[in-house]
Amino acid sequence: MSAEPLPAAAGSRPLLELVGLRKTYGEGPAAIQALDGVDLSIEAGEFVAVMGPSGSGKSTAMNILGCLDTPSGGAYIFRGVHVEKLSGKQRTLLRRYFLGFVFQGFNLLARTSALENVELPLLYRGVSASDRRAAARHALESVGLKGWETHTPAELSGGQQQRVAIARAIVTKPAVLLADEPTGNLDSKRSREIMDLITALNRDLGITILMVTHEADMAAYAGRIVHFHDGRVESDVKNGHNGPDGQGRTAHLGEAN
Amino acid sequence: MLWSTILLAFREIRRNLMRSFLTILGIVIGVSAVITMVTLGNGATQAVANQISSLGSNLLILRPGQRVGPGGGGGARRFDLRDVEAIRTQIGSIKAVAPTVTSAVTVIYGAKNWSTTVTGTTNDDFTAANWHLAAGRIFTDAEVKSGKAACVIGQTVRRELYGSEAPVGTGLRVKGFSCEVVGLLAPKGQSANGQDQDDTVILPLRTVQRRITGKQTVNTILISVNDGVASSEVADRVTALMRERRKITNGKEDDFNVLDTKEIADTLSGTTKTLTLLLGAVAAVSLLVGGIGIMNIMLVSVTERTREIGVRLAIGALEGEVLLQFLIEAIALASGGGLVGIALATLASIVLTKLMSVPYSFNLGINVLSFFFSAAIGVLFGFVPARRAAQLNPITALRHE
Repeated sequence: MSAEPLPAAAGSRPLLELVGLRKTYGEGPAAIQALDGVDLSIEAGEFVAVMGPSGSGKSTAMNILGCLDTPSGGAYIFRGVHVEKLSGKQRTLLRRYFLGFVFQGFNLLARTSALENVELPLLYRGVSASDRRAAARHALESVGLKGWETHTPAELSGGQQQRVAIARAIVTKPAVLLADEPTGNLDSKRSREIMDLITALNRDLGITILMVTHEADMAAYAGRIVHFHDGRVESDVKNGHNGPDGQGRTAHLGEAN
Repeated sequence: MLWSTILLAFREIRRNLMRSFLTILGIVIGVSAVITMVTLGNGATQAVANQISSLGSNLLILRPGQRVGPGGGGGARRFDLRDVEAIRTQIGSIKAVAPTVTSAVTVIYGAKNWSTTVTGTTNDDFTAANWHLAAGRIFTDAEVKSGKAACVIGQTVRRELYGSEAPVGTGLRVKGFSCEVVGLLAPKGQSANGQDQDDTVILPLRTVQRRITGKQTVNTILISVNDGVASSEVADRVTALMRERRKITNGKEDDFNVLDTKEIADTLSGTTKTLTLLLGAVAAVSLLVGGIGIMNIMLVSVTERTREIGVRLAIGALEGEVLLQFLIEAIALASGGGLVGIALATLASIVLTKLMSVPYSFNLGINVLSFFFSAAIGVLFGFVPARRAAQLNPITALRHE
């Protein structure tokens, strides 16, 4: 329906690539070096957990990876495109067509039904009303909320709200899902349910997942754990039970990308 | 894209009905105030124009005394029939000249009595004063000449004395003599100074002079000017003639006055138009205040919805789309307020014009103008909040508490 604004990824390159990425806030002696030369490459289909203490630069890195922020130096290559050279509008279009976001605070529109919340990103894509509705229903079904379409966030539990938020993020069939502490506001049972769901999206739909968390047991769901410290990648460890091989498993939702 | 933005804006309004209502309240009041004021003002102007024309079109009223207005002419010399004859023969371009004598009299029919004004005049009065008949006839020439006891009554007298009975052909007692009712006047309503013009009994001039006032003088002379003739010129000629007849030397003031109803009409309608403009302007200020209200609440709403705007920006809304959404919200709210205001104003205008007994007419111009003005207010006062929303940084907006 909508033309892809960017060329498709070159076969051999990673999906996301950070090269010597730096980010400085402020100027002069008061300047803070939030990122100090980060090198990181993420293949399509990976499930990466990003960890680190506050001030380690993990949020800054996530903002840049999510095309919400621009680096002060270095390169960010997404599907072969140098994002640091794009205009604000081009980055917005990149988010619109390739990225999905899940936040700690759910950030659903209040007094708006789950279905309309999930439809929102499709509205910005200019999808027709009937396609929008169908895709939103399908997305809600795939997060296990069939039958809850007309409920507003106030009528849903925290776990259900986060499911709606996940449905909203995946309804556009994004290449990458960026999750910022998705279980931060949930109890441990709901947290496990959400993590199972995210793992399933990665495994069954082949969606690449980048998740910020400070809980080790949540990070354990990921196939790879990246630790940030003082604006650098301190450690980058593969996790046994998952991994980059997840990309090979095609799924019914992921094909369109 | 535009369509989906409009859809988003309308969802937003629907989502916050109460806030939306409070937002538009100022515009609603402003628009309805402007329209009601202008409609009432126009109604008043129309009412004045109607009253003046009920007095008679192109009418000059010649009265003794200098003062213009009620109570004038106390001590000044009266006119008589020779003056009337002089005007009729020496002043050109006139349709009718009617000498009148008035007197306050109690009239009796059956067991009922009623205090009214009796006017003695000629048949010319019906033309000059713009009277129409509802029933019966005016006087015959013979009746006028001989001073017969015949009369034509106004609607108020009929209502008070006859009720549902037909008055024509009956005998009305006027100050001790019986008078045959030959005609019934069509209603005229109130005069410009609030008098009930229908509260009258008209008799031939001679009848009143002989049987009621007992004098040969005439109070007032009505002069009806031909259509298409400047009444002010005729008034000047009448003034010159009267000065000559009354032997008023140069440098002395007139001891009579000529009222030009057209002039009064122009003055009065000019005054009411100015008042309408003034009231409209005051109401327009309230419309402006309503616009500031919209801006105020939209700004609050942008702050309140900061996280939501952050989500929109993060999931791929362009700055222009967020700007457009908020702008459309503001315009939709403002013009919605305009529509509600128009409905309210129509209701208020109908009720108020009825209460004030002025004619109601739907003024398309002011309604359309108010609507577009309120929409323009939406653009004007919606822009600042919309731009603030669009320029939010998605990262900080998402962290906003």
